[in-house]
Amino acid sequence: MAVMTYREALNLALREEMRRDPDVFVIGEEVGLYEGAYKVTQGLLKEFGPKRIVDTPIAESGFTGVGIGAAMVGLRPVVEMMTFNFALLALDQIVNSAAKLNYMSGGQYNVPIVIRGPGGPAHQLAAQHSQSMEVYFYHVPGLKVVRPSTPMDAKGLLKSAIRDDNPVIFIESETLYNVKGEVSEDPDFLVPLGQAAVRREGTDVTVIAYMGMMYRAMEAAEELAKDGISVEIVDPRTLQPLDTETIIRSVRKTHRAVVVEAGAGFAGMGSEIATEITEEAFDDLDAPVARVTGAQAPMPYARSLERLKTPTKEKIADAIRQVCYANGSR
Amino acid sequence: MAVTKVVMPKLSEQMEAGKVIKWLKKEGDRVQSGDILAEVETDKADVEMEAFGSGVLRKILVSAGDKAPVGALIGVIAEEGDDINAVVAQAGGGAPSAAASSAGAKPAMADRPAAVPPQPKSEDHAERTPSPSKGPESPGIRRAQETVAQQPVVTEMAPRPQAPAAADGGRVKASPLARKIAAQSGVDLKLVHGSGPGGRIVRRDVEAAAAAPAAAAAPSAAAPSPALRPVTPTVTGPEYEDVALSTMRAAIAKRMPLSKAPVPHFYVTSEVAMDRAWELREELNGLEGQPKISVNDLVIRTCALTLLHHPGVNASFQGESIRVFHRVHMGIAVALEEGLITPVLRDAHAKTLAQIAVEARDLAERARQRKLRTQELSGATFSISNLGMFDVRDFSAIINPPEGAILAVGSVRKVPVVTDEGLGVGRRMAMTISCDHRVMDGAMGARFLQDVKRLLEEPLRLLV
Repeated sequence: MAVMTYREALNLALREEMRRDPDVFVIGEEVGLYEGAYKVTQGLLKEFGPKRIVDTPIAESGFTGVGIGAAMVGLRPVVEMMTFNFALLALDQIVNSAAKLNYMSGGQYNVPIVIRGPGGPAHQLAAQHSQSMEVYFYHVPGLKVVRPSTPMDAKGLLKSAIRDDNPVIFIESETLYNVKGEVSEDPDFLVPLGQAAVRREGTDVTVIAYMGMMYRAMEAAEELAKDGISVEIVDPRTLQPLDTETIIRSVRKTHRAVVVEAGAGFAGMGSEIATEITEEAFDDLDAPVARVTGAQAPMPYARSLERLKTPTKEKIADAIRQVCYANGSR
Repeated sequence: MAVTKVVMPKLSEQMEAGKVIKWLKKEGDRVQSGDILAEVETDKADVEMEAFGSGVLRKILVSAGDKAPVGALIGVIAEEGDDINAVVAQAGGGAPSAAASSAGAKPAMADRPAAVPPQPKSEDHAERTPSPSKGPESPGIRRAQETVAQQPVVTEMAPRPQAPAAADGGRVKASPLARKIAAQSGVDLKLVHGSGPGGRIVRRDVEAAAAAPAAAAAPSAAAPSPALRPVTPTVTGPEYEDVALSTMRAAIAKRMPLSKAPVPHFYVTSEVAMDRAWELREELNGLEGQPKISVNDLVIRTCALTLLHHPGVNASFQGESIRVFHRVHMGIAVALEEGLITPVLRDAHAKTLAQIAVEARDLAERARQRKLRTQELSGATFSISNLGMFDVRDFSAIINPPEGAILAVGSVRKVPVVTDEGLGVGRRMAMTISCDHRVMDGAMGARFLQDVKRLLEEPLRLLV
């Protein structure tokens, strides 16, 4: 174990996988000479050379297509999106080629590609650069979607994603790159896709949250513990496939659930998880499942408005009190 | 802090009383909410009973082997030092006191002075030194709050609405979990105040109601002890004895007149040549690795397939309408030492003979061990009762409402039969269908029986 940042954990995962498997290569804007817009690929050009660390023009559709083609003939590309908002330019490649070729070729082609980069709201990045991009992808059959919240998961999940034979959308976060945590240095350490983690054990309510929202939920849980509300926090880690079993098991224990997501709530992850809970654990519920989501509006640039648009610790705590029927306390 | 009443749970729709088979915790044991406290015998199955509060099992009011009506207090969970006398005294209406039941069975409350609660010695200390938190206020409200106080969050914050949740209309608003706990703990939701939004009853309300002394008196009249007198072989012994009804016998005694009297039964009997079915069964049972097929398995499969073509027989009288089922859930009567029980083989029409054989045997075995789940005991659309193993030629059965018919099957007998060549030996089986005349008429029952007979006489059809 070593303590390192989320950014360093991603870098280590890439380095280990490139050493292990000569078919792995990285392609994207500024990944080589500039060592990544967020320095995730630091030092990789020097170690692996320009054939495996490939700088591209500003052309997401083009270099994503190159990656998909390479994956079809047996390589294992890791495509970096400078931010995931730019993946919209490559949406046709991802949705219509990467996700569907295995199916449409009758299993003749795999597309073992990882498309990674930061997404979700950060700080004053405004409407076009603050989007929770996972919603565009987990709806598409054939794609796996990962959102790692901790340095340990960043490493273990990225390595699993690279080794997976399916296209994996791997969305990091600008706000988490500097988060430090314990990370395994074992090159065989993996976190399997499709397995949620219980981040905090509790008895009164289950909060399902990932990435920055998971950290805010942790803060809300600390505060509510003072009032005697015991919060359990489940981090799905992988949104597709979603580990509903862990979520349902927790809700069966606590009888209440709050789902948090940074993006707009309409038809979001919260809707999906709330439905799963209602279908699987209806008789165990003591309150309707509550959602805390971003407002149905573009992200404003102004800091004060940004705060209004996004789920905050206070909004999460309010929702938890509401499902615990404890509204009168503040 | 909290006093939690342990009451006889209502474990099935028909259940009115239950017998404690055994306590898995004894007085003085520490219990957590969710621990299994005792095993309870209902009219249909043995069921484990969970604790709904944590603390010490301070008192057992109904000993193993004794019965109590649904909702009656059978035990008390509280912390050491909590005063439980009032709760025990309030139990009055419902259950025999510990003293009464262990002394061997007085018929309950009528002759027991309700005002004199048992005063076990272990409570004396607590009695003399009440904790400062205990005020003289109304014990009911106080206790309700104390129980909730196990979850400190909840207690002080929510205002308590004045009226029960059901007051503004017929439907009670309650969370799914609250409903489940209420059903298990015997709490009547209509009498519970909901503290959630819009008066919704939530878990803490039900737990408080279960912990508080019941506002409504529990049902009266506990059952007499089932203890038998020793049998004396001398002529001077008693001329007769009254054997207490087992829970199951009581349920049968109660339910059968509810069928036979109001349901106009009619009966149609037919005889089947079972020679080919018998041969087929022998051949199947000679195959290695196949589950053994019984005659009854053949009858189940035959009836299930035939019912699909006679939906009018697979039907139930609903007062204003007749409900015709499109799937066949087959009730199979299983004889037990103390009565009978009818587990349900679901979707029998969609199952092969082998599946039916395996499932029917499993259901029968678990019925004998009384390990059936309650959902395996309801929902039949048609039933079969087979007394063939007792060398019965034919008999007629009583319909198990709300089903519309039941088939009574006798044994397969070797009898002389007239053939084209003269006299021969054949295997014959009689069967009698009892039908609800409100649902169907004689011809319908007869046509159904005719098709059952045809199918059993051409049994290869059962394999395709």
